[in-house]
Order: sequence, then structure tokens, then C-alpha cells
Amino acid sequence: MASGVTTAGRARITARTMRTDRWWLLPAVTVGVLLAFIAYSTWRAFEGAHYVAGPYLSPFYSPCLASSCLPESSHFGEPVGSWWPLSPALLVLVFPLGFRMTCYYYRKAYYRSFWASPPACAVAEPHRSYSGESRFPLVFQNAHRWFFYAGLVFNVILTYDAVIAFRDGDGEWGHMGLGTLVLLVNATLLWLYSLSCHSCRHTVGGRINAFSKHPLRYRAWTLVSRLNGNHARYAWLSLIWVGLTDLYIRLLATGTFADPRFF
Amino acid sequence: MGYDITMRVWRGDAGGGALQDYVVDVEEGEVVLDAVHRLQATQVGDLAVRWNCKAGKCGSCSAEINGRPRLMCMTRLSTFEAGETITVTPLRTFPVIRDLVTDVSYNYEKAKTLPAFAPVPRDADGNYRMAQVDVQRGQEFRKCIECFLCQTVCHVIRDHDDNKPAFSGPRMFLRYAELDMHPLDTNDRRRLAKDAAGLGMCNITKCCTEVCPENIKITDNAIIPLKERVVDRSYDPLVWLGSKIRRRDQRSEPPPTPPPTTR
Ligand code: SF4
Ligand code: SF4
Ligand code: FES
Ligand code: FES
Repeated sequence: MASGVTTAGRARITARTMRTDRWWLLPAVTVGVLLAFIAYSTWRAFEGAHYVAGPYLSPFYSPCLASSCLPESSHFGEPVGSWWPLSPALLVLVFPLGFRMTCYYYRKAYYRSFWASPPACAVAEPHRSYSGESRFPLVFQNAHRWFFYAGLVFNVILTYDAVIAFRDGDGEWGHMGLGTLVLLVNATLLWLYSLSCHSCRHTVGGRINAFSKHPLRYRAWTLVSRLNGNHARYAWLSLIWVGLTDLYIRLLATGTFADPRFF
Repeated sequence: MGYDITMRVWRGDAGGGALQDYVVDVEEGEVVLDAVHRLQATQVGDLAVRWNCKAGKCGSCSAEINGRPRLMCMTRLSTFEAGETITVTPLRTFPVIRDLVTDVSYNYEKAKTLPAFAPVPRDADGNYRMAQVDVQRGQEFRKCIECFLCQTVCHVIRDHDDNKPAFSGPRMFLRYAELDMHPLDTNDRRRLAKDAAGLGMCNITKCCTEVCPENIKITDNAIIPLKERVVDRSYDPLVWLGSKIRRRDQRSEPPPTPPPTTR
């Protein structure tokens, strides 16, 4: 016997959905943008070249920790050493990848668009059975907060990258180019994305029941809650900007474009 | 000024039924419920429809209009294109009784399994004291009018009838969240939310939030915070250890109230 909207006893209607609007548009666009990002970032992560230009280091390769890193990019030494055979980007990209894969917003986005679970509201999903996030492997989505903590470390490093972009290619302070601005915007968007995170909201104050006894945490929670309302927007903006930042630095590194200098 | 609209209304009962076409004379400024009433008054006197307040406050007139779960009394006819057919079906997640009326007792059964508010003893003067900031979060959830639109759109049960025993649905998660966040409640409902209410089955795809006529941010403000609290209780060894060492969070965990076996 059929389950779902055609279950016996429910109003007998065979259509998967009675919606007349273009409900498939949003999931289709989501798939398109995410696939484009995945394709670009995979190619760039494996390329292993053109990720430093003057004082600018691509966020895909920061921090660069292996011996195979270009010397200008090893801001934190080479703790990984030379045994790592692949591109140094792969060592660090797992963290932002894990952070975004377990993000409550991206979960919604890819469950809907890639998994069709559901493809849109009141549109029947194609799956026979469903246990959501209650079982292996999706129960591991509950680890999101650990990725959030790791993400904070990355934000500090990427902010550092933006600050040292105020030096010129020879290490002299007092320089600013378009690249500096690009890196600053990148760091800002990543902070907005992380601080608006639901796990952040919970950690700073959401877990408390008596706000009146914790006025500072209540203030912090109120602020984070306000950011949290825009979490989806920050998720998209920071994702797209990180890709554009890398692209910009690649254009500089390959000599396709010269960085306009402000001072 | 009156004008004609074309409507398709589902008519039938648990044994079967079909969409029937009608042309209904309506007035400017009317809502879908007005059109259904006109239809009942002038053409099909035996059309079954449930309603009460006609003001979006009683939650009785829930139906699916052009495939979207909505209140009939809050859906203006002017939101449809001229000449657009307006299709009205009963809720497609619950058993149909007749025409537009469904049996929503699933929701009441689920409500009964939720342990009631269990406050701390009163202060010496016989009063309960709590600060406004401590109960503010829960007040948003109390706007709920129990229309069960969120329950009908939730794919966990809409598309998988077999999940009904294990899953209480977004409306009940509001209540779990409200009580768990309450400063005076003595019960720890986090385990219950996870095990008895099936919180882990929700994949935060936000359809409940999309349809809520009271604009309650069900997913962001109740479900996700509750999921984070469940992580504290069941998936985060550090928080668990901290609560043991500092002897915080020593609320008792009530067993779920078994649903009555009658009906
Ligand atoms: S967010 Fe969760 S509870 Fe709400 S409709 Fe989606 S799956 Fe159901
Ligand atoms: S939470 Fe919103 S959609 Fe759900 S029953 Fe209450 S008012 Fe209706
Ligand atoms: S980063 Fe999106 S919810 Fe944490
Ligand atoms: S009739 Fe009361 S909500 Fe529509």
C-alpha cells in the first residue's frame, strides 16, 4: 500500500503536488551554484599553484603548512613536513568543508535541492523510507559545533592574512591594493557567517534559561540572534566571495591582471 | 462589484473522492473561505467545511490552496491572477472525514504525550517570580493558533505515514522548546524530545516555518535551539562532563506520558 500523500484514508489525490508555481526553480538554482562552487574549488585545491600574489595568499591555501608550499605562503612554518604528497590546500580545506556541510542552513539547502527531501514544501519526496538525522550517518550532523570552533581558528588566520595584506610584496607596511580590500571583505563575511551560526547562538547564551541572571550573555545572545536572522544570506555571500577571492589572486599570480594600488 | 471565479474543490470521504469544478460569484475584497461559503450556500449545500472565526485566530479553516497549506480565511482572492483556477483540497497529511474536513486527532494525541509544565515550589509569599527576559522566547511560541498547517506540510509524516508513531511534529517541538527554556520548569525534556518526539527526524528544511500563519520562526527559534540542547544532553561529551562536575542542570527527566489507548 502506498505511503505518503496517497496513504489510504487520506483524501484520494494522486498528484505529487498541487502547487502551480515554479517550486523547482529555487532547488535548481541551488544545485547550479553549489555544483559550480564545488567544481571550481576542487580544481583549484588540486592545482597546487598560483595561490600567492605579492602579499596576498588565497584563502583556499591558508594556512599553508606543508613543505611543498610556496615559500611566500608559509606564514606558520611547515609543521606538516614533506610526507604529504598532495596539494597543501587539501590539508586545511576539510575544516571549512565540514563546517559548511554540517551547517544548519546548508543542510536545509542540500537536503532540499540534492536529496529532494523534500524538493519543496508540499511536494512529495521520492524516497520510500525516511529517518532524517536520527541515525548513522546523518546523526553526525550533531558535531556541527566542533566545526564551528575550528572555523573560528580559520577566521583568525584569514583575518591575519587580510591584515598582512597591508604590506607590499617586499614586506613593507603601508600598502593597500584592491587585493587587500578583497581579503578584508572576505574575512568580514566569514566572521559574519560564523557569528550568525546557530551553534554560536546556542553557545553564547541560547543554552541558558534564566537570562536575567546572565545580563552580558543575554546581550551577546540578542546580538547573535540578530545576525542569525541573516545566516542564509551570509552563507551564500561568504561562499561566493571566498571563491572570487581565490579567483582574483589566481588572476594576479598568473599575471593576467595587475593589482590596482590605492596607496 | 461582483465577478466570477473558477474553483476546483475536492469532494468525497475516506472511501474516495475527486476534484469538482465550479464557477462561483464573488465580491471584491473576499477571501477563499467566502467563496467556499458562497458555493455552499448557492450550489452544494452539503459541502463540508470547518471554520469558526474568519479572522485567522481559531486555526479551524486550514486547507491546501493551489497546493499550499494555508488558512482559507486569510487567503485573499485578489492574490490570484485573473482567470486563475483556485484549487482547494483538504489537508493531505491527515485522514479525511468529508470534503474539506480532516481528522486532526493525531495532533491532540501527540500533545497528550508531552509532560505538562512542572514548576518549582512557589516563593515564601506564595508567588512565582520570573523576569520578562526569561520568558520572552517562549512567548513567541504561544502565538500558535493550532491550525496544524506546520504539521500537515512536514514531510516527515506527510510523505511517510509510518513515521507518525515516532514523530510529534513542529507544533509539538514548539511546546518542548518553550518548556525546556522555561526558567521555572523542573523537568529536563531534552531526552524526551530526542527519543519520544523524534526531533532527530526533522531535517530542518523549514517548511513548517514557511507556512505558519502566525509567522513563528519554528525552525530557527524552537527546533534548532532544541537540537542544540539535545546535543548538550546526548552528543557533546564536554558539556555532559561539565554538567556532572559543576552539578548544574540537575533537572529530573520525566518519562513520556503514554498516549491514551482509546480512539
Ligand atoms: S523543519 Fe523539521 S519539523 Fe519543520 S517541516 Fe521541516 S522537517 Fe518538519
Ligand atoms: S506553529 Fe504556526 S503553523 Fe503550526 S499550528 Fe501553530 S500557528 Fe499553525
Ligand atoms: S554555520 Fe550555519 S548554522 Fe552553524
Ligand atoms: S476560520 Fe478561524 S482561522 Fe480561519
